[in-house]
Amino acid sequence: MSRLSTAFSKPHPALVAFITAGDGDTAANLDALVAGGADVIELGMPFTDPMADGPAIQEANIRSLNAGTTTADIFALASAFRKRHPDTPLVLMGYANPMTIRGGDWFASECNKAGVDGVICVDIPPEEDPELGPDLRSAGIDLIRLATPTTDTARLPAVLNGASGFLYYVSVAGITGLQVAAQTSIDEAVARLKAHTDLPIAVGFGVRTPEQAANIARVADGVVVGSAIVELVAQHGVNAAGPVRDYVASLKSAIISARG
Amino acid sequence: MTTAELTPNSFRNQPDHRGHFGQFGGRYVAETLMPLVLDLEREYRAAKQDPAFAAQFDDLLEHYVGRPSPLYYAERLTEEVRKNAPAGKGAQIWFKRDELNHTGAHKINNCIGQILLAISMGKTRIIAETGAGQHGVATATVCARFGLPCFIYMGAKDIERQQPNVFRMRLLGAEVIPVTSGAGTLKDAMNEGLRDWVANVHDTFYIIGTAAGPHPYPELVRDFQSVIGKEARAQMLSRINRLPDLLVAAIGGGSNAIGLFHPFLDDKDVQMLGIEAAGHGLEKEHAASLAGGRPGILHGNKTYLLQDDDGQIAEAHSISAGLDYPGIGPEHSWLKEIGRVRYDSVTDTEALAAFQLLCRTEGIIPALEPAHAIAAVEREAKKMDRDQIILANLCGRGDKDIFTVAEALGTKI
Repeated sequence: MSRLSTAFSKPHPALVAFITAGDGDTAANLDALVAGGADVIELGMPFTDPMADGPAIQEANIRSLNAGTTTADIFALASAFRKRHPDTPLVLMGYANPMTIRGGDWFASECNKAGVDGVICVDIPPEEDPELGPDLRSAGIDLIRLATPTTDTARLPAVLNGASGFLYYVSVAGITGLQVAAQTSIDEAVARLKAHTDLPIAVGFGVRTPEQAANIARVADGVVVGSAIVELVAQHGVNAAGPVRDYVASLKSAIISARG
Repeated sequence: MTTAELTPNSFRNQPDHRGHFGQFGGRYVAETLMPLVLDLEREYRAAKQDPAFAAQFDDLLEHYVGRPSPLYYAERLTEEVRKNAPAGKGAQIWFKRDELNHTGAHKINNCIGQILLAISMGKTRIIAETGAGQHGVATATVCARFGLPCFIYMGAKDIERQQPNVFRMRLLGAEVIPVTSGAGTLKDAMNEGLRDWVANVHDTFYIIGTAAGPHPYPELVRDFQSVIGKEARAQMLSRINRLPDLLVAAIGGGSNAIGLFHPFLDDKDVQMLGIEAAGHGLEKEHAASLAGGRPGILHGNKTYLLQDDDGQIAEAHSISAGLDYPGIGPEHSWLKEIGRVRYDSVTDTEALAAFQLLCRTEGIIPALEPAHAIAAVEREAKKMDRDQIILANLCGRGDKDIFTVAEALGTKI
């Protein structure tokens, strides 16, 4: 069983936590996510032009790139994480250009060597799958696809074809970190997705409070939290590990009690 | 005589059904936008078949934009260039006068087409990005004409250097939204436009200003701008009963160039030259994606981009805000790769000299964008015989640039 499958087979829904690589003390923050109880880690690859991200993650990308973060640094962070945490799944999330610039085969092979479990690429829809999908699949890396409120039932099979690991439901049509979707629309969407796939469904975009996380945990297999953690890193700089761990722990206990 | 029929080997039957021009183009967008991009493609296919759509487009171009734009023989410029050319050299220089369009540039051709699509899709809110402000003005103009609310994303740095166009957009009723992320130029304005679109897909139409972005934008912008080349081809034949030997156009994203070139692509004796902005020089800061970049993915398409080894996008530089973009339309990347079009570049300094040359020899103040093309025309004409013909696209007028030019020349106005 892959690390991702194991993470989604626990008795409680998975807490999926995001930080941007190279923003603050990333190694310490990754450890804090695990210590706080994150079940899956999403490590954001900074990009100069993060079109789908709101201000919090945009600024994290700029801080990281200004600090000189390279793709090699990100894989080094991932490798080191894998040595410290052999069981926690690690997913790289980012944009097509940094992932494909040296070729999809190069990227898939680096992921494999670094112990990366999955990849989320914001701007490679199923229509452009040949860019990266085949290379990831042959390297045994999960390609995690996104479904959104605009992904209708007719389109869903295309999104699911070639997807693995889990399905990331982007609960609002918009950018990261700004607003949260109405709970009823999340409930309906998750039910609709579950009718089409056995993949675990993780819901994200705009989730901030333990209450919101708990509400989503009642219906979904995973809850994704990103911008709120990234904001803690922005606020506390290189001393963010403590606050990040405490915040993640508060989300985790809400998720566990949601199905209590 | 119309343009040649399409054949399987035609250069004019791109993109393929997936929106690819060879390895370039495509639809690299977030899932939220994908259904809308597919809708737009369906809508555009239907519009292309609809005689009523074509009739409305043509009518607006004639009576609102002022088409056809003149084809003009630049006699004094030709003479001036011949003075410095070897004996027997110095091609005849002709201009397609798209700077005479309503709003002062070729941008309006595309905006008319896209707003008609927006209306037929039932969209009620228009957004656009702008660099120099010409596309913003053209978008604000068609929004005023059709009574739709208009939001223009513009880099804070560009707002500063293009104040007259910012004021024009506001007069036309548009809201100009300053973009401070990144370097505050066209690339960042496009990011912000995409962020708005993804949050407002239900009611919003994004009028992209150049022949780039996710499929079908590169195709539909090219088709709307092809009125330039279709008119020019017919005008050349009726005036002198022959086609030009060389077409020249400036390239930022490349919409005026593809509009001029596309109808001539299957005329094998017509050579084409696209001119990128070399800024301070190709070894320094510039905006020449084909000369100094390599293929990558940005803003919905795969194309040549200025970027580092990790695929981080570089900031472009050009004195012309309209050319100040680190990418280029995907069809140009394809035309470069197959060798059908030649691409070269012109520096800020060369463009400024050509700007002044055209003012003095022809009484035409060009925009800084076509000033790049004029500098290249001067270079090329000297190498060509006197009976040969160069046709350049004068894609915009220079009123908007007088402050930038004055500053560059050290004059206070």
